[in-house]
Amino acid sequence: MDLIIEITIFVLAAFVGFEVISKVPTTLHTPLMSQTNAVHGIIMLGGLIVIGAADDVLLKVIGTIAIAFGTINIVGGFLVTDRMLGMFRGRDRKPKPEAETESVTPSEAGQ
Amino acid sequence: MIQAPLLALSQSSDFVIACYILAFSLFILGIRQGTHPRTARRGNLIAAAGMVIAVAITLSLDVIGNGALILIGILLGTAVGVIASYRVQMTAMPQMVALYNGVGGGAAALIAWSEFLHETDAGHGIPLDIFIPILFSTVIGSVSFWGSNIAFGKLQEILPSRPILLPFQHIFNGLLLAAILAGCIVLGIDNDSPSEGLYIAVLIGAAVLGNLFVLPIGGADMPVVISLLNAFTGLAAAAAGFALDNVVLIVAGTLVGSSGTILTLEMSRAMNRSIANLLFSGFGAVSAAAGEREERPVTSIGPEDAAIKLGYADSVVFVPGYGMAVAQAQHAVKELADELQKRGVDVNFAIHPVAGRMPGHMNVLLAEADVPYEQLREMEEINPEMPRTDVAVVIGANDVTNPAAKDDPDSPIAGMPIIEVDEAHQVIVIKRSLSPGFAGIDNDLFYHEKTSMLFSDAKAAAQDIAAEVQEL
Repeated sequence: MDLIIEITIFVLAAFVGFEVISKVPTTLHTPLMSQTNAVHGIIMLGGLIVIGAADDVLLKVIGTIAIAFGTINIVGGFLVTDRMLGMFRGRDRKPKPEAETESVTPSEAGQ
Repeated sequence: MIQAPLLALSQSSDFVIACYILAFSLFILGIRQGTHPRTARRGNLIAAAGMVIAVAITLSLDVIGNGALILIGILLGTAVGVIASYRVQMTAMPQMVALYNGVGGGAAALIAWSEFLHETDAGHGIPLDIFIPILFSTVIGSVSFWGSNIAFGKLQEILPSRPILLPFQHIFNGLLLAAILAGCIVLGIDNDSPSEGLYIAVLIGAAVLGNLFVLPIGGADMPVVISLLNAFTGLAAAAAGFALDNVVLIVAGTLVGSSGTILTLEMSRAMNRSIANLLFSGFGAVSAAAGEREERPVTSIGPEDAAIKLGYADSVVFVPGYGMAVAQAQHAVKELADELQKRGVDVNFAIHPVAGRMPGHMNVLLAEADVPYEQLREMEEINPEMPRTDVAVVIGANDVTNPAAKDDPDSPIAGMPIIEVDEAHQVIVIKRSLSPGFAGIDNDLFYHEKTSMLFSDAKAAAQDIAAEVQEL
């Protein structure tokens, strides 16, 4: 790929990142950080690529460690984010009857 | 030729590129869905699906060799990741994120090192459009790895969380950074036959810099440091993408880099301090020693009195801080909130953006205790309601409620936005002693006529008050 195309992609991705993230409420900062943290585990692909071409012991050792590190980053990051987000609950228990009556009324009116 | 496999990948098929495009689209979509609590969990799964696609398609490339080593690496990493994620307590989340961030940075530095060896072994030089990203990834990845480890050590309290400032440390750090940059420039000029020794020196220099750069930063400034290191690792991954000609690495790394930068800026704005000030001041190291405190009278109450104040109030706002996390008091606080709500009291939680040790730390703890997210109110949202609030209960928070930030222009925290508990009709502060907070400054709130101090552990206090409320 041309360097200039890569730079174009880089700049556009930076703007997308700013746009997407700036709407996140403080409430979700920790899970969001943990999720983006998991996304940079993508570096593990780099480990797969370099170990593919590794032919001496040092390169193999470095590559294996890099893959293990990257995998910890991915697996741990997504799992821990899922665990955290699983705890975020709305006021679903108590106001539920109200919400149901609201949704029932218009349909009854329609009948 | 050794060079061939990497070239083969860069010319990889349209199908592979299409899969990478699908993968990064899922990342963007996943992060977007993360902006609302209702969709955030699904968003995380979408991003994870993108990751599975990216890894699977890369594994299927015919240039990928050393399958057994790859399997070992993946199995090892998965085992550690799964066990750590299920074992970690919610209060320990900041150090967990720091650790995951560190290994990502470490992977980036190792991959860059491996790329360097690979290119130089081939016996020819390294073109600058590959070498510059390799050097960037090496330095930033290494700083991120070691910096995150120090952050982990401080949060886990293996290392003292107070700022550790060695003499002339900033000058030394500056010289070290200049030396690293000079080394990179020499390597770049000499890119026909770059010196391996000098490259290793740069790698080690970056490691030392990573350590020294986080050591002087105190515990309460950790939210900023963790966000910044997160951005660093993202950029290191993007740089690796430039070196390896891999589009999904560039996009995903850059997304994380820019999101981490936004969070870092937001955190520093919430503390009303510049990034430079946060990173280089060793905040608290100086001010803790200064200032002799005069003895001033405070009003001290017990759980019974607190229960009466709270039980007969119309509206109560809890202001949690790091002390609540340390005491693991979130469940006890939630029970107290439930008791009050049973009596018809309107209960809310006011969350300062930098309360705790990572952005949104308090929200995670209270969510763990089943507090619905509608009750978790942001500072800007709750401050206008403070004058109408009957009782504000400060639990383990200190500096983020200190009225000196508004009233005293000479205070070290002057100008920092605070939760304006002093505007409420009454204030109860649950705290173990009158000791100052992280900034090392006295909190006038404690001596205010509206304020009652309840000297106790946060968890015990919340349980005692809840029991007394039941008796009312």
